[in-house]
Amino acid sequence: MKKQLKSLPVSCIILSIWACMKQADKGSCRERRARRRHTQRQKGMTNMKAYLILEDGSVLEGQCIGSARETVSEIVFNTSMTGYLEVLTDPSYAGQAVVMTYPLIGNYGICRADRESDRIWADGFIVRELSRIPSNFRSEDTIQHFLEQNDIPGISGVDTRTLTKLLREKGTMNGMITTTRYDDLDEPLRRIREYRVRGAVKRTSCAAKYVIDPSDPSEEPRSVRTARRPESLVARAGHGKRVALLDLGAKANIAESLVERGCRVGVYPCDTKAEEILADAPDGIMLSNGPGDPKENTEIIAQIRRFYDSDIPIFAICLGHQLMALATGADTFKLKYGHRGGNHPVKDLETGRVYITSQNHGYAVNAESLDPAVAVPAFVNVNDGTNEGLRYVGKKIITVQYHPEACPGPQDSGYLFDRFIEMMEVNADA
Amino acid sequence: MPRNPDIKKVLMLGSGPIIIGQAAEFDYAGTQACRSLKEEGIEVVLLNSNPATIMTDKDIADRVYIEPLTLEVVEQLILKEKPDSVLPTLGGQAGLNLAMELEETGFLREHNVRLIGTTAETIKKAEDRQEFKKTMEKIGEPVAPSQVVETVEEGIAFTNTIGYPVVLRPAYTLGGSGGGIADNQEQLVEILQNGLRLSRVGQVLVERCIAGWKEIEYEVMRDSAGNVITVCNMENIDPVGVHTGDSIVVAPSQTLGDKEYQMLRTSALNIITELGITGGCNVQFALHPESFEYCVIEVNPRVSRSSALASKATGYPIAKVAAKIALGYTLDEIKNAVTKKTYASFEPMLDYCVVKMPRLPFDKFISANRKLGTQMKATGEVMSICTNFEGALMKAIRSLEQHVDCLRSYDFTELDDEELLARLGRVDDRRIWVIAEALRRGVSYEKIHGITRIDMWFIDKLAALTEMETALEKGPLSLELLREAKRMEFPDSVIARLSGIPQEEIKRLRYENGITAVYKMVDTCAAEFEAETPYYYSCFDGSNEAEGSRGRKKVLVLGSGPIRIGQGIEFDFCSVHSTWAFSKEGYETVIVNNNPETVSTDFDIADKLYFEPLTPEDVESIVDIEKPDGAVVQFGGQTAIKLTESLMKMGVPILGTAAEDVDAAEDRELFDRILERCRIPRPAGHTVFTAEEAKKAAGELGYPVLVRPSYVLGGQGMQICVSDSDIDEFIGIINQIAQDHPILVDKYIVGKEIEIDAVCDGTDILIPGIMEHIERTGIHSGDSISVYPAPSITPAIEAKLVDYTGRLAAALHVKGMINIQFIVAGDDVYIIEVNPRSSRTVPYISKVTGIPIVPLATQIICGHTLRELGYEPGLQKKADYVAIKMPVFSFEKIRGADISLGPEMKSTGECLGIARTFNEALYKAFEGAGIKLPRYKNMIITVKDEDKQDVVEIARRFQKFGYKIFSTKGTAKVLCDNGVKAVAVNKIEQESPNLLDLILGHQIDLVIDTPQQGAERSHDGFIIRRNAIETGVTVLTSLDTAGALATSMENRAEKLTLIDIAAL
Repeated sequence: MKKQLKSLPVSCIILSIWACMKQADKGSCRERRARRRHTQRQKGMTNMKAYLILEDGSVLEGQCIGSARETVSEIVFNTSMTGYLEVLTDPSYAGQAVVMTYPLIGNYGICRADRESDRIWADGFIVRELSRIPSNFRSEDTIQHFLEQNDIPGISGVDTRTLTKLLREKGTMNGMITTTRYDDLDEPLRRIREYRVRGAVKRTSCAAKYVIDPSDPSEEPRSVRTARRPESLVARAGHGKRVALLDLGAKANIAESLVERGCRVGVYPCDTKAEEILADAPDGIMLSNGPGDPKENTEIIAQIRRFYDSDIPIFAICLGHQLMALATGADTFKLKYGHRGGNHPVKDLETGRVYITSQNHGYAVNAESLDPAVAVPAFVNVNDGTNEGLRYVGKKIITVQYHPEACPGPQDSGYLFDRFIEMMEVNADA
Repeated sequence: MPRNPDIKKVLMLGSGPIIIGQAAEFDYAGTQACRSLKEEGIEVVLLNSNPATIMTDKDIADRVYIEPLTLEVVEQLILKEKPDSVLPTLGGQAGLNLAMELEETGFLREHNVRLIGTTAETIKKAEDRQEFKKTMEKIGEPVAPSQVVETVEEGIAFTNTIGYPVVLRPAYTLGGSGGGIADNQEQLVEILQNGLRLSRVGQVLVERCIAGWKEIEYEVMRDSAGNVITVCNMENIDPVGVHTGDSIVVAPSQTLGDKEYQMLRTSALNIITELGITGGCNVQFALHPESFEYCVIEVNPRVSRSSALASKATGYPIAKVAAKIALGYTLDEIKNAVTKKTYASFEPMLDYCVVKMPRLPFDKFISANRKLGTQMKATGEVMSICTNFEGALMKAIRSLEQHVDCLRSYDFTELDDEELLARLGRVDDRRIWVIAEALRRGVSYEKIHGITRIDMWFIDKLAALTEMETALEKGPLSLELLREAKRMEFPDSVIARLSGIPQEEIKRLRYENGITAVYKMVDTCAAEFEAETPYYYSCFDGSNEAEGSRGRKKVLVLGSGPIRIGQGIEFDFCSVHSTWAFSKEGYETVIVNNNPETVSTDFDIADKLYFEPLTPEDVESIVDIEKPDGAVVQFGGQTAIKLTESLMKMGVPILGTAAEDVDAAEDRELFDRILERCRIPRPAGHTVFTAEEAKKAAGELGYPVLVRPSYVLGGQGMQICVSDSDIDEFIGIINQIAQDHPILVDKYIVGKEIEIDAVCDGTDILIPGIMEHIERTGIHSGDSISVYPAPSITPAIEAKLVDYTGRLAAALHVKGMINIQFIVAGDDVYIIEVNPRSSRTVPYISKVTGIPIVPLATQIICGHTLRELGYEPGLQKKADYVAIKMPVFSFEKIRGADISLGPEMKSTGECLGIARTFNEALYKAFEGAGIKLPRYKNMIITVKDEDKQDVVEIARRFQKFGYKIFSTKGTAKVLCDNGVKAVAVNKIEQESPNLLDLILGHQIDLVIDTPQQGAERSHDGFIIRRNAIETGVTVLTSLDTAGALATSMENRAEKLTLIDIAAL
């Protein structure tokens, strides 16, 4: 059930979208309801208040959106101006509530095909203003309803810029979204301060292995790019490389990016033993993104060390990148307030080219801790100089901190998947 | 890659006079680029024919040439100055076209001068329709099926293969000049004929019509290393079919999901990469609203109006970065000047919503067709920023200064439902008001969307505003409702109107409950990084970031709002120079303005920038925070002057000339008393309120009379009336516009018009020079050719002018600037008007005389005296040069506008001719205005009876150049009787061949047509003039101008002498 989206053939998803679109009447009913609610709020008729309590004791007031339940999580901000659905459904946000710095959210509604997993993983959603109506030809639902359906609490009407500045100045903080008005903050603050993101990788990873095979005619790619230009798909089809994707809380578009390039992708739960994967003799191994503190994943790190020791080409993204670094003796640290958005410049140290990247990470690899005989920086963040990727000496391993699979964000780094495929090809030739 | 060390001296091409489609944005871009180049130690040579610009200041460039932007001039300039590089991408289409010509003739190669910022190949790939299509096809970017045609027949044949409607776009023209949408063959032929004529290369693109699709723009940048970024994307609320310059535009896009956003972003980056642009580029897309299908509409391989907007919307200085890239730097080497922490290689993230609205000139051209299409008609624009769309739109509406402040400002309640729906289908400047009325009547979103194709999201936002109107009307006005109304930026005055509660009461309620404006920073990064640039916008939901700094003395500089006819770029010139001068005097400077095209709204001009509407309430909110020591209003044109009274009420001292003296110059009665006291005559006149009173006054004065509303700019609503019926008509028009002030009726005196700008310190007065108009009185000073030094006044008259100027300045206690217009008739000197503020002629006269008038005035405002500053008072010695300011018009863009000149200003810009002799200056001025004759040596002369004798000499002079003259029977007879050969032609209502056939035969160079005074629009003349203008023929409506043109042609110099203004 958990990984329903990924385990279903894509055609089924498309069918279900079609079914949803046929029920457009229901959708507009929901729109009307949402609009009425909004209007009522304007007139001051109904108004369920919600509060965001931060661990430094600040309390921000707003309106309750989505579920009314109370939740404690880490509060992080994302500066993307589009892609709220991709953000909400990105498993890397497990354990965190996301503040969108862009003030107008929900404008184009919800299109299920754009989800990065089958559910919302963020623990809370903090926005300035939710659109009264969604407006997009693909929209099937309102964000209000989508939050309710996923039982995710949120708060709107918050001065998100002030909140963002607070997080920037004080660093990422824990916080609580609640509809209860606490006169005494001691008790909730104790709970807020105690909170840690734990066990999130296990929670977000798939329960059992499954395979996505592009040669299966029912597996139609969902990405816009290839949908528009089938010739590019044709050009790339037939690679037939078999990739083992270790799901650490993977975004759907990682597998999608490989499938789009003709790879057959086997997706493995995060606790799969290295032997099992190596026994399947994949052409390459893909380590996904994922949530939480990388150092918490000691068992996975041990398995990844085994991959490093093999000769199989490896491509790792985000958490996968951090775990590979940890597996080979380097260290990671927590950034003050992380990088979350779609505008971060990353320099490819080999070519000098700068790429605008999609990012979502709260931890980074400490470049100082690298053993130059093992790994050298391959990419660096132009803004703050933090490490954005590594090249492993004498190995066919590239790892990046950012998200070449985009969704949301710039598609400029998609070439890295091509490079991974090249590595697999070279390896096969050798 | 560090900068290319071979680049040491760069020639920058400006964009020339302000015309519709090419306006102040290029002064903004050019100025920023010049400063950016100078920062790098590059020697900058600047060429621009527009004297009102900041870029043509000697402190902006090292060498400044205000000369015609022609191939001959550039070539000569390159030989003279020997620059190693030419930078053409910041001078709009004019600069780019010139660069193309230079390249095509091989001149650059021959003289070893390189084009930087772009290559000829790039320009060609982007601008040549065929090449562009080929390039797009190569990289798989879709374009609408189209074909470039060179004849009408070709156009018809191609259209028959793709079907109507089709869009027509002439190649190498500005603002879509001569383009349009054709629904049938008749329209196709008409637009095509016109477009082929207007295109520099005689080509027009015929294209499948994608009207109704979403119009999305991306501003992208690329450096020589191939790094590419997107600065901003923008969504036009008006779907494809309306020129983006005339559309309401929002940034970032609102209705695109990430998939669509990224799809188009990737496409834009692919395009800039394939074109090989190094610098900025604008890509326009049409996106199908119900699929992922899209088309690339157009690419501008240079900075543009949209890039200026994107810069102001995001804080990312595109022109500055483009200039650095042209020198060889890569994006990751250029610092982000806003955060000073990050680099230019990032993409700005907005945490607010930006709305741009066009300023359309239909209040000036009452007879013009308000329909919006692919040809741009706006003269300027406003931008506003807020945390929500509703607020941004409300702020933009009131920034327009067109007597609109909410969605009820145009009343469509009279229309019945059917008429209203029909109106919805009409695309004009009032469409959102029509939609608002439809929403009030309960017309469904779907229906409105079906007719207008405007996205439902925007319709819902308009609905939110109309719902708020209703809620305010119904009441009661709870605090919560008030707070929500303010969040949507309803001004107090509108809330008062709707709720029936006095405005003062609403203000009190707000202040008592802390419902006041707060200010947020535009920081390029959505607060992710700390920013240092204090660029602010207001909202009502959140905490305040603008600290009211204390310490230094602080001055509030009020800008001049959107560019419109009568209030143009010259006031931005004045505001900026005054700001700089205040800075030098040790003041902290705070600018308030809402025009994204200008230099004054660049983030590093003042210490603080508030991007806000210029209304009393908006300014007061800023005053509350900043608590300035004073405000200066005399540099921001009428916009700033209008705020004087409100500022006084807020307790903000007006620096310079006192408010009551400003009022005295504008108030007829007070002013008459002052004139009496100074014993200075003015044309006799009366102040009236009704048409009856006006007719009575005219009877006493004797026709012709001048009728005008008081407190206006650019002679708006001013008309010469020759009869009672004229008065009835004009008073009717004046009363259409909200009119709190009385109407003035003056005797119209024929004479020479003289203009003086002066600086007064309370005791002494400095007059840089006297300007004389070539056209006699009756033509607005802004539309007249102005000559410095005045060529035909006697020493006695000169003494009188100086004396009067001194007396008036003293009587009005002027501290700072004063502008006076006189009539000289025989030995008599009359005053027409006095403006105790800077004027349109200030930039020009300060450049020619070398006297920095605005800084001087500012220093005086700060307490210095002229003598203390080293100036000898009185009229200054004449310069060694003659400078002639030539008005430039944009009539071909405004269908249906009457082009005949009169007391109401109609020109959009100006250019300058400067030379040692009057004749050469005049020649340059005409050349700069794009009047290049002769070509076919055929002309039409048709003049009113009073002019028939005077026209004979002029006709004779044109005949000498070999002109064949066509005239209507009356004029032809007078000419022939006086020995000038003229062919009599039928009037247009008579049978063919008549005048109109002649014009449409495309063989006519020039039309001299002096219209009857008064309400004459229905006459032949109007049709002749319109047709001539629309087919690209030069039309003169004053014999004085015609005489000057003849003079300039008689004295055509073989070689022009180029003058470096910076060395004067």
